[in-house]
Amino acid sequence: MTTTVPRPPAKVSFRDRLLRLAETVTTPLLPDDYLDLVAPLRAGADLRGRIVAVEPETADAATVVIRPGRGWRGHTPGQYVRLGVDVDGVRQWRAYSVTSPPGRPDRCITITVKAIADGKVSNHLVRRVRTGTIVQLDQAQGDFVLPAATPRRLLFVTAGSGLTPVMGMLRAGAHGDADVVLVHSAPRPQDVIFGPEVRELAARGVIRLVERHTEVDGLLGPDELAGLVPDHLERQTWACGPVGLLDALQERWASHGAADRLHIERFRRSVAAVGEGGTVSFARSAVTVAADGATPILEAGEQAGVLMPSGCRMGICFGCVVPLREGAVRDLRNGELTTAEPGDGVLIQTCVSAAAGPCDIEL
Amino acid sequence: MTVIQKKARNPIAHLSAEDIEMLGKELDAIRDEVIASRGERDAAYIRRVIKTQRTLEISSRAVLLFSLFPPAWLIGTAALSVAKILENMEIGHNVLHGQWDWMRDPKIHSTTWDWDHVSPPEQWKHSHNELHHTYTNVLGKDNDLGYGIMRVDEDQPWHPAHLGQPFYNLVNAAFFEYGIAAYDLELGRNLKEGRHKSPEFRARVRAVGRKIRKQVLKDYVVHPLLSGPSFLSTLAATFTANLVRNVWSHSVIMCGHFPKGVETFEKTSIEGETKGEWYLRQMLGSGNISGSKLMHIMTGNLSFQIEHHIFPDLPSNRYQEIAPKVRDLFDRYGLKYTTGSLPRQVASAWWKVIRLSLPNRREAGPVQDRPIDGGSAGAPLPALAGSAA
Ligand SMILES: Cc1cc2nc3c(=O)[nH]c(=O)nc-3n(C[C@H](O)[C@H](O)[C@H](O)COP(=O)(O)OP(=O)(O)OC[C@H]3O[C@@H](n4cnc5c(N)ncnc54)[C@H](O)[C@@H]3O)c2cc1C
Ligand code: FES
Repeated sequence: MTTTVPRPPAKVSFRDRLLRLAETVTTPLLPDDYLDLVAPLRAGADLRGRIVAVEPETADAATVVIRPGRGWRGHTPGQYVRLGVDVDGVRQWRAYSVTSPPGRPDRCITITVKAIADGKVSNHLVRRVRTGTIVQLDQAQGDFVLPAATPRRLLFVTAGSGLTPVMGMLRAGAHGDADVVLVHSAPRPQDVIFGPEVRELAARGVIRLVERHTEVDGLLGPDELAGLVPDHLERQTWACGPVGLLDALQERWASHGAADRLHIERFRRSVAAVGEGGTVSFARSAVTVAADGATPILEAGEQAGVLMPSGCRMGICFGCVVPLREGAVRDLRNGELTTAEPGDGVLIQTCVSAAAGPCDIEL
Repeated sequence: MTVIQKKARNPIAHLSAEDIEMLGKELDAIRDEVIASRGERDAAYIRRVIKTQRTLEISSRAVLLFSLFPPAWLIGTAALSVAKILENMEIGHNVLHGQWDWMRDPKIHSTTWDWDHVSPPEQWKHSHNELHHTYTNVLGKDNDLGYGIMRVDEDQPWHPAHLGQPFYNLVNAAFFEYGIAAYDLELGRNLKEGRHKSPEFRARVRAVGRKIRKQVLKDYVVHPLLSGPSFLSTLAATFTANLVRNVWSHSVIMCGHFPKGVETFEKTSIEGETKGEWYLRQMLGSGNISGSKLMHIMTGNLSFQIEHHIFPDLPSNRYQEIAPKVRDLFDRYGLKYTTGSLPRQVASAWWKVIRLSLPNRREAGPVQDRPIDGGSAGAPLPALAGSAA
């Protein structure tokens, strides 16, 4: 989550005074509004990036090279970045793992996107976006990273585009000289994103690579994994892939008392429940919408044009939290009911909460 | 004009309740079509207008630093006037309507936008979007009918104070943004009804005060000071630009609801009003201005007042595109699409302000504007009567 650290109440600096003076010149706009016209990536601007290249990886995946603005504070391998892209004129925010190592000489970062069926943003990025486009960015975040003291034995279990955060770690050499096993599952050999690169690493003996192809081997599951990597439960494991695979791994590690050795990154939330639905009113925006019990309040609000804060869109970053002034919502992940009486202002995560009756949101 | 219910030839008497519902459905279809096709092209349009406006404003301000030099004064003042008009009309008015909220860009959104105007956006949005657009042209409900200071309809009672209304209108035109701020505050009513001490009203007055302070400081102190020896000439330039912008927006807005041919409605006519009847009221209660593409942009596309009133939250660049379809509906349903050139509509609106400063004369006024003797005051819309039968 992005937190704004309150600045110490230092005396008003010369720069602040100058800024205030500049505001009297530009009101009702801010000096930034004019500077954005000419230098959108300057220091002090809202964090943005410029797409400098889109490089195809497989038939339906591409790497997007982005030059972040001056305010970019760097990332730790394995972390993701939130990207705000205008698709058909509408700003859409999505999270993507950073696949480049920190400190590239050209100051750029890369993300690697797999186009999914009917996916708004992924298809736009893979197939349509033009170089030169400015995108909105957020600082890198996420705790799917290797610890400072790298474990001696590592296991990565990935499937499909789930290889992306792991590729970020491998490229950065974050694993040091640990004994690394990478088990990766993809439909066919040619669908493996970064295929040549990981095969090369394996050939050089940097990692042991186990490639599974679902077209011949079927879906990768924990039992098969146990056969492929017998010491898997002793290894510190980082896993990223579809919901089903991650749920199964979690169950296995937990049932063997090894839950603390498994670290997972989810690209999607698992849905366990639906709410009852209801009318959701956003009082300050003067908008009221009817939302069904399967639609997160975040999406219901966005569709009605409300400016909804958001982050990972799957319940992990708390970037979407707003007060529920009154009403009831159900957590889509576990069915838990949260209610608020007038004046309570209960904080809810709109990306995983659906209406369970009329709701009044403070936005 | 006279409320539609009292007219000798009621312009909607030929429509049945079913006709009106059909009309509503056809308009809904036009709306859905625009919403389904809203996209990158529209987003690019508003961003281009905003960029142009900002570039123009900053350049004109830069030129005005040398306003002592007469050509610089002339060019700077003209460019600043245009920039201010664009800012208020095509950008501010429309963004504050929420026409661009669908882009979800926090920098171009009705809840975050602030404009080059002394009325704070919150107050303007309430009195304009919520009151005027809901109660359009309903006597006693829509304060835009004469802004509470003028008589612009035969059915508004005459008072000797109305004798001065041509003069008030002139002053209002020159200082229109202050007129709007006072209007959004409902200053007259709040003072009269002794509500000026309520904390809520005072907070709103303070908000207006803050906005005025910032605006005045910028236009009449900071920029003149920055111009050094050109202090006075820059002051005159910004004053002129504000005056031009005020007179222009006042003229355009007068054309929206005051010219001949635009209908008004009785209070009772909106009780239990259906969506179709609401549309019909918007169609007949507004008037357009014909002209070139540039003129439409400079009016903030309020030259398509009819289309705007039917669909207040569609992106302004689309009004011109749907106008032929809307006009076709008018024709097919036998309704009058009021439109005319800017000079003609402005003259028509002014003539009404002047004419109605005097009490009604029985035989005066154009034939179709003459009320029926002993008119059926309080009668519902004929369409409603039809549906009740
Ligand atoms: C922390 C994090 C890191 C991520 N990193 C990457 C990355 O490196 N590369 C990458 O390609 N994606 C990554 N994602 C997923 C990415 O954020 C988007 O969810 C994905 O690109 C789909 O967005 P969309 O707009 O194309 O699809 P949408 O238009 O949002 O969805 C279209 C349809 O696809 C379904 N759907 C949504 N997400 C997925 C999914 N992940 N898999 C399958 N079906 C889905 C939806 O339910 C819907 O039916 C990451 C997500 C998170 C939370
Ligand atoms: S957006 Fe991350 S928790 Fe909701």
